[in-house]
Amino acid sequence: MAKYVLYRLGDAIPTLFLVLTLVFIAMRILPGDPALAALGPMADPVQLALFRERMGLNEPLPLQYIYFLWDAIRLDFGRSFISDVPVADLIARNLPHTIYLTIVSVLMGLCLGIPFGVFAATRRNRPPDNALRIYSLIGYSIPDFYLAAILLIVFSLQLGWFPINGAGTGFWDGLHHILLPAMTLAMLKSAFMGRLTRTSVLEVLGRDYVRTARAKGAREGRVIYRHGLRNAMLPLSTGIGISILATLSGSVAVELVFNRPGIGRLLIDAISERDYPVIQAGVMMFAFFVILVNLVMDVVYVFVDPRIRMKS
Amino acid sequence: MTDLRMEETSPEDLAQREVLAAEPGRFDTVRRALFERPSTCIALAVVILFVIVAIFAPLIAPYDPLRQSILQINKLPSWEHWLGTDQFGRDVLSRMIHGSRNSLIFGLLSPVFAACIGTILGVSAGYFGGWIDRVISRVVDMLMAFPELLLAILVAAALGGSFWNIVVVLTAAFTPGFARVSRASTLAIKQEPYVEAAIAAGVRTPVIIFRHIVPNIMAPIVVLMALWSASSIRIEATLSFLGIGTQPPNPSWGNIIRDGLNAMFTTQWPIVAGGLAITIVVLSISIIGDSIRDVLDPETSQ
Repeated sequence: MAKYVLYRLGDAIPTLFLVLTLVFIAMRILPGDPALAALGPMADPVQLALFRERMGLNEPLPLQYIYFLWDAIRLDFGRSFISDVPVADLIARNLPHTIYLTIVSVLMGLCLGIPFGVFAATRRNRPPDNALRIYSLIGYSIPDFYLAAILLIVFSLQLGWFPINGAGTGFWDGLHHILLPAMTLAMLKSAFMGRLTRTSVLEVLGRDYVRTARAKGAREGRVIYRHGLRNAMLPLSTGIGISILATLSGSVAVELVFNRPGIGRLLIDAISERDYPVIQAGVMMFAFFVILVNLVMDVVYVFVDPRIRMKS
Repeated sequence: MTDLRMEETSPEDLAQREVLAAEPGRFDTVRRALFERPSTCIALAVVILFVIVAIFAPLIAPYDPLRQSILQINKLPSWEHWLGTDQFGRDVLSRMIHGSRNSLIFGLLSPVFAACIGTILGVSAGYFGGWIDRVISRVVDMLMAFPELLLAILVAAALGGSFWNIVVVLTAAFTPGFARVSRASTLAIKQEPYVEAAIAAGVRTPVIIFRHIVPNIMAPIVVLMALWSASSIRIEATLSFLGIGTQPPNPSWGNIIRDGLNAMFTTQWPIVAGGLAITIVVLSISIIGDSIRDVLDPETSQ
């Protein structure tokens, strides 16, 4: 087990390295002069030269690359061009909000999607199954920011049930603020999870051991939950991983619509202000999360299905 | 396939015949997929309607989508402006009609580019194997770990938004998928007797690849193109909404919603109209893509 985790960890490091390299190429080589971008076209040449000297932009590229990697390893992302606050502080301030949103929306999505999927699978080609098909087709097609805007207009603006923006203070106020944004992501997630649950439960229900369970007289509820859903958990755990990753990209738009603090919001604000250190750190944070979630999911599979360990 | 006697004709002819024989059947099945189900017919009609609107946008739009008017700010729908106006007094309906061009063109361009690059990479990896396969598969696996939308946001964040940057962003996001699928199909096709026969007969490698392998892996590629055409319209809308896609003042359904959010307290029509257009088009293309998939590779459909 420990060997497998170490092996997967060793696999994740080159990926992280590749991402850092791509970020370096994109930020330092492609868009022209970072000094000009930071200080604006009106900056005088002396300031520009000082800035280049301070940021190490006069060094040869390979040396810049090594400095860049060294800073990234020490989690030193520099200071924001705009607010002069250390980027690490900005991330520490915004990250908990995105993690909170991810956890709440994934839990809500699972609580909606899995029962819906089981319900549809046990009533194949009947109205509940068709309802799920339409729900998941719309869930796939509707953009997250549009759904967010519609929920905001209906429930906050028209009905006044939820606050319009911000993250709130304290637990209950925070929960009140997060319900609508989390619901947006949860609806999209449940469309995907419902479809996946339906397919995997249907597949399992066709197996021999389910027929045996029925033949020996087990109650239908026990057959479906004990034999059906439990064995459908492996594809479902893949789905949970995918929906956590989808939340990361979904959070960018949802944080913007609901005006919530978070990593996505930080990144988007930084892009509009051309705040390169923050953009760079934001991109690296997202990439790091994707790699982390994939790593954790791979380890989780082994717990759910020990047969995978045998293969590696 | 295996019962064909190879000594009678050259392997190249055989493979040629195989492809030609498959071709009419394939078109037939695609036609069946598109016209048999009522839902697919409606979806097709909707997509054609939107494409016509996009092509003839300047003739259909009642106003110049960029013309501002300080007297007509954030107006509700009226007979002059069917969907009202935005915060610069621009006609929302005209912006929607012109925006359909910016939204739809990416649904056409990026799957085509991604399919070309992805197929070249995937076929090379599958056909040549060795270190080429290891390098390509490794990079593809890494990129596949990222959800397409997140990859698009990250690349757009680094590059900034302009027409060709969005094309690059979407192509980069979709290429790994095409590479993976075409590599897997190439590995399967390479085992077929007609390819082995062609190799044994000394047919040149480019001929084998373009005449024997590429035509036979087209089915899954076409399915992916249809499905990702829908995705790229959705992703372009998201990027434009985030301010890193189509740049203002040029209209796109995504940035119409972005502008609409600022005027949310006065008029909600731009948000509703922009979002409905995106949802309907993406939904229709998805339905068409699903139908094509159902007939072209029945194993993967549920």
